[in-house]
Amino acid sequence: MIIAGRAWVFGDKIDTDVLAPGYAMKLPPEGLAQHCLEAVDPNFAKSVQPGDIVVAGANFGLGSSREQAAISLATLGVGAVLAKSFARIFYRNAINIGLPVVTIDLTQEIAAGDLLKLNLAAGSMTRLKDGYHRDLQPMPPHIIDILEAGGLMAQLKRKRGL
Amino acid sequence: MAQTLTQKIIARACGRPSVSPGEIVTVKVDLLMGQDASGPRRWRPRLEELGAKLWDPSKVVVVSDHYVPAVDAQSAEILSISRRFARDYGVQNFFDMQGISHAIMPERGLLRPGMFVAGGDSHTPTAGAYGCYAAGFGATDTTAIAITGETWTTVPETIKVQIDGELGPDITAKDVMLWLCREMGMENSFKSVEFTGSTVRAMSMSERLVMSNMAAELGAEAGIIAVDDITIDALKSTGGDYEGAEAWVADPDARYCETVTLDASRLGPQVAAPHAPENTDDVGKFGTVKVDQCYIGACVGAKLEDLQMAASILRGQRVAPDTRLLVAPATVRVTEKAAADGTLATLTAAGAILLPSGCGACAGMGAGIISEGEVCLSTTNRNFQGRMGHKDASVYLASPYTVAASAVTGQITDPRELRASTRSAA
Ligand code: SF4
Repeated sequence: MIIAGRAWVFGDKIDTDVLAPGYAMKLPPEGLAQHCLEAVDPNFAKSVQPGDIVVAGANFGLGSSREQAAISLATLGVGAVLAKSFARIFYRNAINIGLPVVTIDLTQEIAAGDLLKLNLAAGSMTRLKDGYHRDLQPMPPHIIDILEAGGLMAQLKRKRGL
Repeated sequence: MAQTLTQKIIARACGRPSVSPGEIVTVKVDLLMGQDASGPRRWRPRLEELGAKLWDPSKVVVVSDHYVPAVDAQSAEILSISRRFARDYGVQNFFDMQGISHAIMPERGLLRPGMFVAGGDSHTPTAGAYGCYAAGFGATDTTAIAITGETWTTVPETIKVQIDGELGPDITAKDVMLWLCREMGMENSFKSVEFTGSTVRAMSMSERLVMSNMAAELGAEAGIIAVDDITIDALKSTGGDYEGAEAWVADPDARYCETVTLDASRLGPQVAAPHAPENTDDVGKFGTVKVDQCYIGACVGAKLEDLQMAASILRGQRVAPDTRLLVAPATVRVTEKAAADGTLATLTAAGAILLPSGCGACAGMGAGIISEGEVCLSTTNRNFQGRMGHKDASVYLASPYTVAASAVTGQITDPRELRASTRSAA
C-alpha cells in the first residue's frame, strides 16, 4: 500500500474535539469534516488534498470514542496519520474505517508541505526532495487487507461476496 | 522468553508460544460481551446487511443494564431490541435487567482465567480480576468479533503495579485506585496494568474487581491480577471453570515497561474532586464540602461487600436531614443476598432509598441524576463533567465507607473519624 502526499504537521494531544468538534457533530460527515482541525489550523479542511499525510506528536486522538474523528480525516482524503503515539480507541477506529495510522515521531524532521511517500507493507517513509528515509514498523498483511478494503465492514462485505 | 501475564494470554489467544510488545496479532476471542447501549442495537443492522450470524452464540453475553428499567418509550424500545436479538440469534447468556454486566459476568461463573474477553463497554477490564485479558472495543470492532470470533490487537507494554503492606481499617481497593489515578495519570493508553504485591493477594475478589475495573480510569486497556487460591475459590463457588487456572500468572523474570510501587499501610481514605478521577486527594482536604446526594451504585461500587461496608457505618445511624442516600445494588442477586443477610434492612433503617439494579445515575441515564449546582459523593468510577446529570453539578468519588460516613454527617467525612466519634458518644 503506497501513499504519497504533502505533510501537515501538528503538535501533541490533538483530541477528538479538535478532529470532530462537538458543535458540528450533528452535520453530515462531509459537513463535519469541514471543521476537522480548524481549532489548530483553519486552512486545513479547505486546503488538504487526497493523499496528504498528517504528522503529529503524542496521544493523537485522545478523548471520546467517537468514530467521526477518524472518519472526518478520511472524508477529507487524508492518506495516513503518522504520530508519536495514539489514543487506543482512535487508533483502532482509524484502521477499522480504513485510515492508515503509524506510530513514529517525525515532528522534528518533517516540515509542513514536505512531499512524503509511504510504503506501509514494506515499512518505509521517504521524503521526496532529498531522499531522507525512515523505517516504519511494517503493517502485518491482515491490517493492510483491512485498509485496502476500505475498512473492517467493507472487508467483511467483500469476504462474504456482497 | 519470559512473559507478563498480558503477553501469555494474548500469545495463547493468537496460537503462538510468545508475543512481544508492539506486535500486531490476530486473536481468537473467548468471550464477547455486548450491553444494551452498544451491543445488539448496533450489531443487528450490520449483521442483517451482511447476512451474517453470530460466530458462536455460546461465547456471546448480552446484558441489558444501561437503559433499565425503561423510563421512556425510547429506552423501552432499546430493551426490546436486546430481547429480540437474544432470541433470534440464540444467545443463551442474556441477562435482562439482572444487573450490571461487569458484576454479572463474575457472579454467573462466565469468566475463566486466561480468557481473551472483548466487551462493548469501557469497563470491560473488570474481568481482569479473574486473570483474563479483558478490554473495551468500539461498535465496529464488536460487530466484526460477533461475526468472526476474531480481532486484531497490538500487544501492549505492561506496567507492574506493586502494592505491599496492610490496608488500614476502612481503607479499600477504591482508595488505592483513586490514589493510583493521581499518581499514574489517566493516559496509560496501549498499556496493560498488572496488579501485584501482598496487598492485592490479601484482597477479596470483590475488591480485586474494583482494581481491574478502574484500570479503565488509568487509561489502560486491561488491568490483570494473577490467579491464586482466592480466584480459584471464587470460581468454585460460582460454578466457574477452574481447571488449569493456576497457570495464569506472570513469569517471575518478565519484563515490564514501568513499575509503580505503593506502601498500602500509609494510605488514608481518598476522594476524587470534579471532574476527573485523577483529581484525588486525602479525605481530610475536603472537610467543608457539603453533599446533597450520596450514591452507592455502579459496577465498581455496589457489590454485596460494598453494601456491607456501607451498612457497617450506617448501623444505628441516620442520613443527615439535608442529604439523601441512594443505593442501587449492582445486580439482583446482590439485592437478594443483601436482603437475606440484613444489610438492606440496615441501610433502609438509616434512611437509604433503594433503586433498581443497573447503570442508573452512573451513566446519567437512570434514576438518581443531579441538578445544576448540586454535589454528589459517589462510589462510582468516573466523575467527568455532566456525566451524572447537569453539567454544572459536582461529583466526587470515594469508597463505600466514605460515602456512607458522609451521608450521616452531610459533608465529606473520614469514615474513621465518624466511627471514633460514635464510639466516644456511646
Ligand atoms: S455502572 Fe457505570 S461504569 Fe459501570 S458499566 Fe454502568 S455506566 Fe459503566
